[in-house]
Amino acid sequence: MKISYREAMRQAMHEALAGDPRVFLMGEDVGKYGGTYAVSKGFIEEFGPEWIRDTPLSELGFVGAGIGAALGGMRPIVEVMTVNFSLLALDQIVNTAAVLRHMSGGQFSVPLVVRMATGAGRQLAAQHSHSLENWYAHIPGIRVLAPATIGDARGMLAPALADPDPVIIFEHAQLYNLEGELADDWQCDIARAAVRREGSQVSVFAYGGCLPKAMQAAAELAEAGIDAEVVDLRVLRPLDTESIAASVRKTHRAVVVDEGWKSGSLAAEVVARIVEDCFYDLDAPPVRVCSAEVPIPYARHMEEAALPQPAKIVAAVKELLNA
Amino acid sequence: MLEFTLPSLGSDMDEGKLLEWKIKLGDRVRKGQVVAIVDTSKAAVDVEIWFDGTVHELLIEPGATIPVGTVLATLLAPGEKAGTPATGRRKVSPAARKHAEALGIDVDTLAGSGPGGAVTLADVDATAAQSSLGRQAATSDRQAEMRKAIAAAMSRSKREIPHYYLSEAIAMERAQAWLSEANAGRPITGRLLMAALHLKAVALALKKYPEMNGFFRDGAFQPVAAAHIGVAISMRQGGLIAPAIHDVGEKTLDEVMRDLADLVKRARAGSLKSSEMSDPTITVTNLGEQGVESVYGVIYPPQVALVGFGRIAPRPWVDAAGWLCVTPVLTASLAADHRVSDGHRGALFLAELRDWLQQPDKL
Repeated sequence: MKISYREAMRQAMHEALAGDPRVFLMGEDVGKYGGTYAVSKGFIEEFGPEWIRDTPLSELGFVGAGIGAALGGMRPIVEVMTVNFSLLALDQIVNTAAVLRHMSGGQFSVPLVVRMATGAGRQLAAQHSHSLENWYAHIPGIRVLAPATIGDARGMLAPALADPDPVIIFEHAQLYNLEGELADDWQCDIARAAVRREGSQVSVFAYGGCLPKAMQAAAELAEAGIDAEVVDLRVLRPLDTESIAASVRKTHRAVVVDEGWKSGSLAAEVVARIVEDCFYDLDAPPVRVCSAEVPIPYARHMEEAALPQPAKIVAAVKELLNA
Repeated sequence: MLEFTLPSLGSDMDEGKLLEWKIKLGDRVRKGQVVAIVDTSKAAVDVEIWFDGTVHELLIEPGATIPVGTVLATLLAPGEKAGTPATGRRKVSPAARKHAEALGIDVDTLAGSGPGGAVTLADVDATAAQSSLGRQAATSDRQAEMRKAIAAAMSRSKREIPHYYLSEAIAMERAQAWLSEANAGRPITGRLLMAALHLKAVALALKKYPEMNGFFRDGAFQPVAAAHIGVAISMRQGGLIAPAIHDVGEKTLDEVMRDLADLVKRARAGSLKSSEMSDPTITVTNLGEQGVESVYGVIYPPQVALVGFGRIAPRPWVDAAGWLCVTPVLTASLAADHRVSDGHRGALFLAELRDWLQQPDKL
């Protein structure tokens, strides 16, 4: 069945809300408005305002309330409109949700799921467009997911809710309209990276909104006779180092695509692990394709120029192969 | 800028195959240092450089067959600055370095096809494939090639050089007695062989008759002061090779013996030096071990003489007092170039050689 990423995510939440009375959804505009990205459209009519709760514009407050509910035995899904706004809730996520199990000697767990949109490409300018996945991937005590396919949008929420610890799910805003077949076996783990395209000459690592760009680049490279492997990182914390290394050991070359800025990026972490684990397998220095180190611009042409694009990935791969 | 060209490693060589560089960019080399291994039709030879310098550029890839005189590398003379600054360490991918190490390939001899000229896995694989082909070809063709080279050199010799031949029977009683005494206190590995006495005696005789020692080139004889004696060594798989022991006249018998043993070992292992291949000023061949009484050799051009030694065997002999007796006798022969010397001088040379062998303690 062909569905959109938005629909896949909606189905996943619907299933969770319908199947477990402990699950409820909370966030800005998730109820009457149907969600900023229309993921929860119709939910308030179906499940009622007790389970679909509109919140004030206070990330610190409603993420904290979600943590409290989780501690109290609920399985809250908290939606934060964009990762930029989530910075207001960093204290709750980093200083409370991520540490309570540790600080209580294992007495408390925080089975919280925080969903947030991330990324640029829709001319929403510098306060709504950034990719700060790496901020969260830095923090021990939380799991960070980046569903980039229809299947992962459908499949990742259930294991995230089943996880006894906080899970952050990043949904790239550019992906909501992505359409594709939902395979029957959409159930998935939230531990491993996934090879989305097999290849032999170079490994292209990507996640979230950059995965379709990497796939497009690989298709263009194939036309040029270059056999690229595309690996979807999927799980940004803990990173699946084993799968990353396995791919590099096969292809001996690595390009890491990341919509974050290079400095201190997830791409930097991936490259560091490749160098640590696969140094003697590398046939060329690892390369990163990241966003330009500027606040994401509003003007369309400048925004496009600032972001990783298939053409940039193709160029990076060709340079790496001296092709 | 200095140019290092492929030297001729013998008159029968007009091309060679570069097997391996022993130097890399930026290396400082000294005159006489082995810088490359080149396969001639006869053997893989360690080629020495004839000047000091710093390696600037390696122009020929291992595996290439090139004519004598081809510039193999350029070097900066001592004190000379390169036009472009040295770039530091060679770019070799970690995977390529590891792979090359496993295959025993020196990465610094590889050309890089990666970004910025980096050596990649593909470069190592290509070289490995090439050299394994080359090695197979080298062993299977070696015998045929060597036969061809010997044929060419010997045909040229018999075509161009008017040989004359002389021989002399030499009493070897004193030399043998001296040798037994000299070896009495030595371990087996330290013993002298009669061949060392032969070589030293030839070298000393050449001092008095220099027209036997040198080269005939461009219609003229070029004498050489030092006796670099080419020693004919038969190869196990057939054919022969005659690399030089340098300056035999200036060496002690022990030194000559050590050099001879080393040369035979290296000739058979295929690691001769270029100067040993190109320098011989005269050749000595010894077929005594094969049991023949005497040997009349063919001169190896552009040399002008060849001394042959047969077997030492007991013969009837009239001693100094006029008595008939039985004594060990060696037949020494001289094949010499009539363009350079005459039988008269040749006879005197053989007599001088005979006299030296009567005074083994002075060798």
